[in-house]
Amino acid sequence: MADSAVAPRSPATRVSRLAGSIVRWVVLLAVATVILIPVAYAVLGGFRNAAQLAANPVGLPDPWIWSNYIDSLTGPSFWVQLRNSILVAAITTTIVVLFGSLAAFVLARRRFRGREITYTVFTLGLLFPATVAILPLIILVRDLGLQDTPLGIALPQAAFGLPLTIIILRPFFRSIPTELEDAAAIDGCGQLGFFFRILLPLSRPALATVAVLAIVSSWNQFVLPLVMLSSESNWTLPLGLTNFSTQYTTDTARILAYTSLALIPALAFYVVAERQIVGGLAAGSVKG
Amino acid sequence: MTSISSARARARRLPSNRLRTWAGIALFLLPAFALYVLFVIYPIAQAARFSLYDWNGLEPLTDFVGLANFERALADPVFRGAITHNALIVVLSLVIQIPFALALALMLNRRFRGRGLLRLVFFAPYVIAEVITAIVATLILQPNGLADHFMTAIGLGDAYHPWLADPDTVLWALFFIITWKYFGFHMILLLAGLQGIPRELEEAAAIDGASRRQAIRYVTLPLLGPTIRVSVFLSIIGAIQLFDLVWVTTRGGPVNASNTMAVYMFDRGFVRFQFGYGSAVAVILFVLCFVLALAYQRWVLRRDTEGATTYG
Repeated sequence: MADSAVAPRSPATRVSRLAGSIVRWVVLLAVATVILIPVAYAVLGGFRNAAQLAANPVGLPDPWIWSNYIDSLTGPSFWVQLRNSILVAAITTTIVVLFGSLAAFVLARRRFRGREITYTVFTLGLLFPATVAILPLIILVRDLGLQDTPLGIALPQAAFGLPLTIIILRPFFRSIPTELEDAAAIDGCGQLGFFFRILLPLSRPALATVAVLAIVSSWNQFVLPLVMLSSESNWTLPLGLTNFSTQYTTDTARILAYTSLALIPALAFYVVAERQIVGGLAAGSVKG
Repeated sequence: MTSISSARARARRLPSNRLRTWAGIALFLLPAFALYVLFVIYPIAQAARFSLYDWNGLEPLTDFVGLANFERALADPVFRGAITHNALIVVLSLVIQIPFALALALMLNRRFRGRGLLRLVFFAPYVIAEVITAIVATLILQPNGLADHFMTAIGLGDAYHPWLADPDTVLWALFFIITWKYFGFHMILLLAGLQGIPRELEEAAAIDGASRRQAIRYVTLPLLGPTIRVSVFLSIIGAIQLFDLVWVTTRGGPVNASNTMAVYMFDRGFVRFQFGYGSAVAVILFVLCFVLALAYQRWVLRRDTEGATTYG
């Protein structure tokens, strides 16, 4: 312990250190409780009925009511929306990672006139979410004939995801030694060959980061589906959820069960991919 | 090595090879650039064009009105109200949310058991969709909901308060939800910044007789300056563009008490089919963010390079 080497331990400092650590734990646990309560409320609330929720929303359900979850899981809409969300996220992520890494490659490793301006133009996109451009986007997607299709959401999403992807990938691509590229060139490996066979495999951690961030933002996207998707069979989970919650306003327990079902995959994904999400966002915003 | 690079240099001088280099660069850049221009830049330019027309989004774009849409927006008390609501959220975020995130980051910036788990929990709301946050929050804050049960249990207030339906409380309730969802993000940024500060500096301060409080005030915080400014900037931009959360919880109500600029824009443009007018509001939002970003570049990046020379 470096601290103890600096300050010799007297009883007084030991007491104040103990007090400090108690205060710290009280604060940290209080905050953790405030974070977890809504999640627990949603998951447990799904096992209650409306009467139980009104009378006593705290504590464990008594009795446990399974019908809310079972109804949601056996009804068609949840699975359709889950599939649509996965489909849109998959298209978005494929496009953003592929296009983003191609662009980041030349922006990182080639000298050409206009490179820095191009990079700046890309980074400016970080300032604007799709929400702010939503009105012209409706017209554009309509004119392209992509309204009410997964592609009509995935393409704008991918475009708005490019800035963060390029900002994260560029320094990573730059850090890969030039010698590797020269060696590859000697062995007769062209630019495309180097990119696909050497650079991308070496950049797996950075690619995982941008892919995970693209999945999370696609999964949570609300305003694009809201304006683009009119047929129920195309709805994604966030859109389905809002419509479900306005349709069954009074049946709180059903809403909570449905919401929890949408929430749990996202949280599970987060627990697995926390490192990529946290690292990527910290890097992206500091450099952006 | 040398032979390759000189061969390359020679190759570069040949026009046909230069053309090939350019073609190679274009090939790599084009997909991303085309997508970006089509779905990000073009819509922004279109918004600027639409903003000069009185247009419902369906008929031909013929009714040119000049800057009338902008005049109308800036004169509309509802839009002005929306601006003040955004401003209030910005101020609250800077005064409450970021200091709170900083305090927690300082608490987590030391090794102890359970730190990783706490960090996992604190950041979790950031990955939960705003829609899900909004739906659960609406139910918790409804009259006689969980929030009311809690308030009654600790002896504050009565058992029936419509937090999101009362014009006096709605913005505070929304700010609470925003803080719940986003403080973890700022905490993570600040924690990353803290971990970039060498331990030795705080230890040196301790040797010189500084208390922990003084070490934080005079050593840690100044060195954390760049990260704090990034956090402040992102918080301002986020607060200005606030949409999903408000749309799902209140749609800007009751009686516009929680309207934000983006909600107002969406409501006029998409719900009431005033595309021209809505686009003018979008342009105002763009310009605001753009000006902020320029100010940020000048203010923050310049200071950061100065800082770098001090300890770099």
